[in-house]
Amino acid sequence: MGKLFAVAVVVITLVSVSFFVMHTWWMPAEISTTGAAIDHQLEDTMTGSGLLFLAGQLVLGLFVWQASNKNPARKIKTFPGGANPLVAAAIILVGIEILTLTFVGSKAWAAVNLAPAAADSLHIDVQAEQFAFYFRYAGPDGQFGGLHPDKIDDGSGNYFGLDPANDVAARDDVVVGSLVVPVNRPILLTLHSKDVGHSFYVPVLRIQQDFVPGLEIPVHFTATQTGKFEIVCTQLCGLGHYNMKAYLQVMSETDYEQWLKSQEGQ
Amino acid sequence: MHETSAAHAAHQHTAPTSFIRKYVFSLDHKVIGKQYYGLALLAVFIGMALSWLMRIHLGWPAWPIPLLDKLSAVGAPQGVMTPEYYLSLMTMHGTLMVFFVLTNAPFAAFGNYFLPIQIGAEDMAFPRFNMMSFWTTFVAFLFMMAAFFVSDGPPISGWTAYAPLSAVGGDAGPGLAMGQNLWAISIAFFCIASLLGALNFIATTLDLRTKGMSLARMPLSTWAWFVTAVISLLAFAVLLPACILLILDRTAGTSFFIPAGLVLSDKLQPHSGGSVLLWQHLFWFFGHPEVYIAVLPSIGIVSTILPVFARKPLLGPRAAIGCMMATGFLSYMVWGHHMFVSGMSPFSATLFSVPTLVITIPMTILTLLLICSVYGAKMRFTAASLFCLGFISVFISGGISGFFLAQPSIDIYLHATYFVVAHFHFVMAVASLFGVFAGTYFWFPKMTGRMMNEALGKLHFWLTFIGVYAIFMPMHYLGLAGNVRRYSAFVDDYLIPLIPVHKFITVAALLTGAAQFIFLFNLIWSRFKGPIASENPWEATSLEWSTTSPPPFDNFGGRHMVVYNGPNEYGVENNGTDFVMQTSPEKVSAS
Repeated sequence: MGKLFAVAVVVITLVSVSFFVMHTWWMPAEISTTGAAIDHQLEDTMTGSGLLFLAGQLVLGLFVWQASNKNPARKIKTFPGGANPLVAAAIILVGIEILTLTFVGSKAWAAVNLAPAAADSLHIDVQAEQFAFYFRYAGPDGQFGGLHPDKIDDGSGNYFGLDPANDVAARDDVVVGSLVVPVNRPILLTLHSKDVGHSFYVPVLRIQQDFVPGLEIPVHFTATQTGKFEIVCTQLCGLGHYNMKAYLQVMSETDYEQWLKSQEGQ
Repeated sequence: MHETSAAHAAHQHTAPTSFIRKYVFSLDHKVIGKQYYGLALLAVFIGMALSWLMRIHLGWPAWPIPLLDKLSAVGAPQGVMTPEYYLSLMTMHGTLMVFFVLTNAPFAAFGNYFLPIQIGAEDMAFPRFNMMSFWTTFVAFLFMMAAFFVSDGPPISGWTAYAPLSAVGGDAGPGLAMGQNLWAISIAFFCIASLLGALNFIATTLDLRTKGMSLARMPLSTWAWFVTAVISLLAFAVLLPACILLILDRTAGTSFFIPAGLVLSDKLQPHSGGSVLLWQHLFWFFGHPEVYIAVLPSIGIVSTILPVFARKPLLGPRAAIGCMMATGFLSYMVWGHHMFVSGMSPFSATLFSVPTLVITIPMTILTLLLICSVYGAKMRFTAASLFCLGFISVFISGGISGFFLAQPSIDIYLHATYFVVAHFHFVMAVASLFGVFAGTYFWFPKMTGRMMNEALGKLHFWLTFIGVYAIFMPMHYLGLAGNVRRYSAFVDDYLIPLIPVHKFITVAALLTGAAQFIFLFNLIWSRFKGPIASENPWEATSLEWSTTSPPPFDNFGGRHMVVYNGPNEYGVENNGTDFVMQTSPEKVSAS
């Protein structure tokens, strides 16, 4: 029975690890200036903790195999050195792993979350609601109109609660259902929620950030490749949560300018 | 109450004779332990059935599920569940499992039954509190189950009940009116029950130890229940006021968790001044220690049972105790790692990340002590010992993924994906339940006086051990591919290729779930037909094995036990046996 357990643990471990090693299911290729550092951090963690996983399971399997030896003459043995070296080894090895991960990892975190957005960032306002995302561009005047929750009216397309009758800056704001950005240009998003918590998750950007009702949350990134990518909601927001999505369209600067003009004309 | 000596006045009483006092409103910790076990057993099968329904829907969304429309004609017309009903079932699955199974089974059930016996006491310090604790839990359970039968069904806000979804009422969606009220009331009752239980465990451990039972001689299971009680006392004391504030927001027009300017169902909500993150902070201040409330008792149970079958002492029992205490202490500093994407200050992420990583040190030591206790053993392979070994394996698997999620930079990619689902199911749910299974196969003879069927027990182990890996290991791959959790269907372009993996998981979950009926059958059949158990069938040392199976009402038949040894005396020469009971005055000599 013990040998069977040992074999089962080894087989389960090797099969599990092989899918990680082969990248059978893996992250989509990243397309942002900060994504590579995060991927690197994840790969390092995968290697370090993968080795710990292998070592832990295989040693368990080995000891169980040995412990199933039924030879009556065999005497029990205690682990050489007892508990203290194990405690010391765990503190040192895991401690080193922790220090490394923290120092290396906090750089990747800082690049995304602590570094301020570039001064020339393109500002885009994002409103999340049950169950859609809306994106707002400032328009030719470069000014966003103020937000008035009491003016929100999905029926007439006023998703942000703008007041163009009284607010000049709001009149040329462009509100669309897709996030369209120029490639290689820093983007600064401001996230607001109309109703409950939502989240802005773009796997290819390696960005996930909650919309928190009552807070305005900045997110910045620079996309490095053109294309169409999915934005999905990852904060449980109600019955349509699974279907709350939008697209990120990364365009060349000229295509973007053209697109913006066509929207402003409408 | 009869007159007794002052020292034992708190807990000595005569056996009741009426059915009600004996089996229903019993003050006997053993009966209360079995009541908790029975309630957890009921909850776990309901929770498992809910997971089956969810898994079938995720694999084959269009399949009508027989009889589901009988449970809710609105939630599952013609047996095909709506997206909101999926979320209702998911919320109830998580809530039932975390509270009524993972908190109740390893801690309240086994702790109630065995903590007093393992320290040589005749009952808990406060038997009436104990009875209240169980029946308050039962009331909480009734409130929770009532949510299935109200018109808009159970809440859809998940077991974490994030505000404002959980706080604004029916405007936010189905299940968020009466269903969410019942949820919040149920959890508040559960908190009260847990506080009563925790106080009782602490007082009993500190005050009612028999002669010679120093703290260092307590079995690790008792140590784990004690440390868990301290964690519970501090954790549920925070969740209770959080629930009360949530109930006030929902019913009394307050705005603790609801800011101004929210528009739901085209209505500007009449709230202002609340903080959404306040709920998250309060909830996770409870929620992270809750992980250790679920798993520490199982670590203690496994650390107690493994040496019995390895026939050698546990390696480093004192280090293990220190690690449990360190874990309990650190568990209060890490709640923010659940909130890396919440919009709290990005500087605090590092502050929460470091203690989260540091907590892996005591956990690694505990795991290494268990692994290395197997080294050089003469292992007796029983259902109980197999589940102990299985526990070590799944605990490694679940613990390792914590390295990823503890780091904010990686967590922002993996947060709210199936990677997290895999992580907490392995490390909290499966590990904890493996401890419960090991405890059941080990202590069943003591609790009922009959042995369980070993062949069925081993079959149960193999199907479950392979099954849980088939279910939860692929969820890591899904998470890496960015598969978001809490989705009732996968309609995004990049998720559609992952559906075959979900189908595989569904089949594995159905088979693994079916294997649990072997356990249920074994439990019921052995209760009535199992071979009669001797006093100490496993040749174990701790005090419960120094009394009859099952123990008499006062646990030791009027004897006041005296303890001479620690619980760890295995692999020694002692009159032809290889162990020394804690109650044995024999001198211990190493073999």
